[in-house]
Amino acid sequence: MADNALFQFLLRMGDNSLILGHRVSEWCGHSPVLEEDIALANTALDLIGQTQFWLGLAGEVEGKGRSADDLAFLRDAWDYRNVLLCELPNGDFGQTLMRQFLYDAWASVMMGRLMTSSDERVAAIAAKASKEVAYHVERSGDTVVGLGDGTEESHARMQAALDYLWPYVGEMFDSDEVDAAMVKAGIAPDPAGLREEYDALVGKVLGQATLTIPTDTFHHKGGRTGYMHTEHLGHLLCSMQWLQRAYPGATW
Amino acid sequence: MSKEWPLWEVFIRGQHGLSHRHVGSLHAPDAEMAIKNARDVYTRRNEGVSIWVVEAQHIAASSPEEKGPLYEPSNSKVYRHPTFFDIPEEVGHM
Repeated sequence: MADNALFQFLLRMGDNSLILGHRVSEWCGHSPVLEEDIALANTALDLIGQTQFWLGLAGEVEGKGRSADDLAFLRDAWDYRNVLLCELPNGDFGQTLMRQFLYDAWASVMMGRLMTSSDERVAAIAAKASKEVAYHVERSGDTVVGLGDGTEESHARMQAALDYLWPYVGEMFDSDEVDAAMVKAGIAPDPAGLREEYDALVGKVLGQATLTIPTDTFHHKGGRTGYMHTEHLGHLLCSMQWLQRAYPGATW
Repeated sequence: MSKEWPLWEVFIRGQHGLSHRHVGSLHAPDAEMAIKNARDVYTRRNEGVSIWVVEAQHIAASSPEEKGPLYEPSNSKVYRHPTFFDIPEEVGHM
């Protein structure tokens, strides 16, 4: 059971970065300006890089000989454990950056805690990822402020993005028996315990961005448990996995 | 007001001890974003340890048409090169 809980935890970490990384990569060649195009591609590559570590370790812990690639390309939607926030469509550039910021802020708090994990492998991945994440949250935070506190048009779009995405934030702080097992083993913190630090960080940036956080406390869930993903995940997997599905074992 | 972001010139120091070198330009709304964009556009392959950015409009440049008066007078002044000294053997390579 302990190993299975660790496997589930690692899938959650890896699937978050994989699915968000794929989403961000969809902007490649389509961003509003060249500089943002490269910046987003860099972010996507960082996230995919983190995925290789998380899913690589997940496969090792599972002990059935599955590689990170196997886990990424040969599972179907119900086996994914990413939070719903990561799989939501890009929308406009503002919505993409708002989603990025809401995730980066969580990742920056999470990596900080995981660096002191009792599992050395987890601590090592977190230490490496934390430098990337620190840059991501600074960049996405700055862009959220720039656009939120920008023109009437950009402000309205950012507020609309926040209103749409906010109900997906709460899932990142849900806890279940997997988390309880991780806490018990000293491997990972209770997600609920990250909320205060997260709210302080997010509140500060969104305040500077002159945006209003919705007051409704309802949140969607079902991603990190795999109970029910949004309809968007299947479409994403379809484009991400089609090559391995159509040509099994193809390499290049 | 122009909707285009201003142009910035980017200078990167490859390693400690070397000077910053001009590597290219980019667009950004302000200096802070210009540095971030420079990081993303010009240091992806581990090229630098320090970044300078300066708005292109603040760079004063010499005009190509003036190259005659500016540079040619120094062509004929060979005595400005330290090539007229005999270096003693024991000094070795300088």
